[in-house]
Amino acid sequence: MATVIIPTPLRKFTNQTAKLEVSGGTVGEILEQITASYPDLKKHLIDPQGGLRSYVNIFAGDDDIRDLQKENTPVQSGTVLSIVPAIAGGI
Amino acid sequence: MIELESGPFHIMKIHAEKIFPDECCGFLFGKEESNGNRKISTLKEVENAKPGDKRRRFEITGKDYMQAERFAAENNLSLLGIYHSHPNHPAIPSEHDRVAAQPFFSYVILSVRDGKTDHIRSWRLNDDAQFEEEIFTSAQLNPSITWQQ
Repeated sequence: MATVIIPTPLRKFTNQTAKLEVSGGTVGEILEQITASYPDLKKHLIDPQGGLRSYVNIFAGDDDIRDLQKENTPVQSGTVLSIVPAIAGGI
Repeated sequence: MIELESGPFHIMKIHAEKIFPDECCGFLFGKEESNGNRKISTLKEVENAKPGDKRRRFEITGKDYMQAERFAAENNLSLLGIYHSHPNHPAIPSEHDRVAAQPFFSYVILSVRDGKTDHIRSWRLNDDAQFEEEIFTSAQLNPSITWQQ
């Protein structure tokens, strides 16, 4: 089982749950599991083409999965995955 | 409504003016009351990590974000929002602000003109992913600042 940390702004879609214990062999499988369990989360994580939204980052431990194998990044038991919203803007 | 205690209010204002003409940014922590009003008791300044033109853009790294979530959990606070400045521009969210904005968070924007805070406004996304203004207030309003609500 991996632990998935839900960021504060998305907790209203997980009944205010901050940590989920989810089984899956890759980051992609785990995303499928949590969006199946919490369908309102999906549009905030997944783009219409089925990929990870550009304003969402997933970290495995301290590493951005875009620097690893993206959604194919393997997940071990005990891995901590953090969903991290991109915080950006400007004038 | 979002209310900043005087400590975080002054830190935020000084940060925005010190960083001018670049954009500053940081996190807002506190408690949300049952009526939805937010009281901000703690603020953390963050480095603007945007590569290139920091006068027109800001960005917070994923690692800084994860630290902010950990800080909130360890101190029994809620991460309630983000602040950033608009140098020589009004405190109105831009399209760059809107497309990257998250639900739930308050987005406090300081308009800084020629190095001095001119006005401050706060915004939240509605269910249609459009910004709506919320009342911004502080325990110690500086009368030299024009407040818009």
